Amino acid sequence: MKCQKCQKQATFHITDLTGDDLLALHLCPDCAKGYLETGESSEDAPVISDVMSKQLKPLEQTADDLRELDAKECPICGISFYEFRQGGRLGCPHDYVFFGEDLDPLLINVHGDNQHVGKQPKRGITDTESQTELIRLRRQMKEVVEQEDYEQASQIRDQIRQIEGEGPASE
Amino acid sequence: MILDDMAGRCGEWLKGCGPESDIVMSSRIRLARNLADYPFIRRCTDIDRANIESTVRERLTNKAKLKDLTFIDVADLQTLDRQFLVERQLISREHANSDGARAVAIDQQERLSLMVNEEDHLRIQVMKSGLDLVGAWDQINDLDDRIESQLTYAFHPKLGYLTACPTNVGTGMRVSVLVHLPALVITQQIEKVFRSLQKINLVVRGLYGEGTQAMGDFYQVSNQITLGKSENDLIDQVGDVIPVVIDYERKARDFLINEKQNDLFEQVSRAYGTLQNAQQISSEETMFLLSRVRMGINLGLIGDLEIPEVNQLFIRTQPAHLQKLRHSELDTDQRNVERANYLHSQLKLDGGSEASNN
Repeated sequence: MKCQKCQKQATFHITDLTGDDLLALHLCPDCAKGYLETGESSEDAPVISDVMSKQLKPLEQTADDLRELDAKECPICGISFYEFRQGGRLGCPHDYVFFGEDLDPLLINVHGDNQHVGKQPKRGITDTESQTELIRLRRQMKEVVEQEDYEQASQIRDQIRQIEGEGPASE
Repeated sequence: MILDDMAGRCGEWLKGCGPESDIVMSSRIRLARNLADYPFIRRCTDIDRANIESTVRERLTNKAKLKDLTFIDVADLQTLDRQFLVERQLISREHANSDGARAVAIDQQERLSLMVNEEDHLRIQVMKSGLDLVGAWDQINDLDDRIESQLTYAFHPKLGYLTACPTNVGTGMRVSVLVHLPALVITQQIEKVFRSLQKINLVVRGLYGEGTQAMGDFYQVSNQITLGKSENDLIDQVGDVIPVVIDYERKARDFLINEKQNDLFEQVSRAYGTLQNAQQISSEETMFLLSRVRMGINLGLIGDLEIPEVNQLFIRTQPAHLQKLRHSELDTDQRNVERANYLHSQLKLDGGSEASNN
């Protein structure tokens, strides 16, 4: 019997009971390994972790560089590069600015390009700095509330309200 | 309730009409968008998620002239109802199974679906029956403009629309065409076709994301790259290759008709007969057999059944649909019996098919 995913000989006969109905699979050792390690592939996720590990291989030779990069933390959302590397998802829009140089080789690797040429927002490219500030303030607010510093919390709340009030006209 | 009404209908992608609809089931485009003033989903607090959901719902229903959209609170749904929406391709499996505030907005015809708080804040999707990517783009581009007039998207002058995963940044666009390729599977050419598509940066998946043949010989072809090409280029990248795939499938069908006629008739009429007479049947086997029957109709081997009817059977024999139609929760064994009963009632042996007369 041939592997269902490629033309090689199928030597793994897997019955998957994790889904709703039972699923019989006949796979070669390579495809079986892939299937058993990743399980069902989600819509967009598959490539990123592979690409990331390939991408960061050269860096592993200089372990110090990697350690330094991993420790970098976005000042807006607080995500570290290590956390991004582990989960494959970024923490906020500002990460594309803050980790810009570190992400560039990854973008080139995935897309073969690092310059958007398609659609742009109709209202023009607005300055979203104040929106980014909102992300930071809300996070700060949560922290001071957890520390029960209500005086500072009320100050931050006022700042948030001010920015929200002057936010882009939505009508 | 709205979902119970839906169970009795067919969504846009199963209508079985539109260009090349004997092979192309549907064309689909989705855009990933995020609000500029919230972190991406993985860094959102529960309150952030709830605020995103209520902001999107309020702005879109009140101001963006999207009154025909119905918002469904996905977090509030029973597991069965969530699975039902997955089967109809209105939400993703990830959206169904995740936690926290999340919603989906859909229109009456099920052409539009707008997931809130999936991997990105917004996942906008438009579906068309048959091969119609340009029509899908016109519709989703307009919808995106209307949403954008009410919400500020995270957008970077150099990198375009910013997304939680860097694999979607730029256009945030995924173009997919769902094709039915039973003859390429039977003639064992399907892997060859896949490999050549992968070489030109296209991705091929099974109907519900699985990579196996088990799901009725349905495959989704979509773009991998989202940055550095315009939306129209991405549409062309997929749109230009689909006619080639269609041509391969037609050639494979011709080969089966001309060279393997007896085998083909045998397979089609056995498939039809099994569906009509089974006492219990799994959803995988049903998909497999319906695929053969669908091809048999397209090749004129079955005369008493139409494509839209078969498409309807594909969706209604899915686990959640079957349970909705029967108004009760059923375990796997019970479903296999109910599925056989349902197929029996829909494929009554009146008239008989040409294939079975052969």
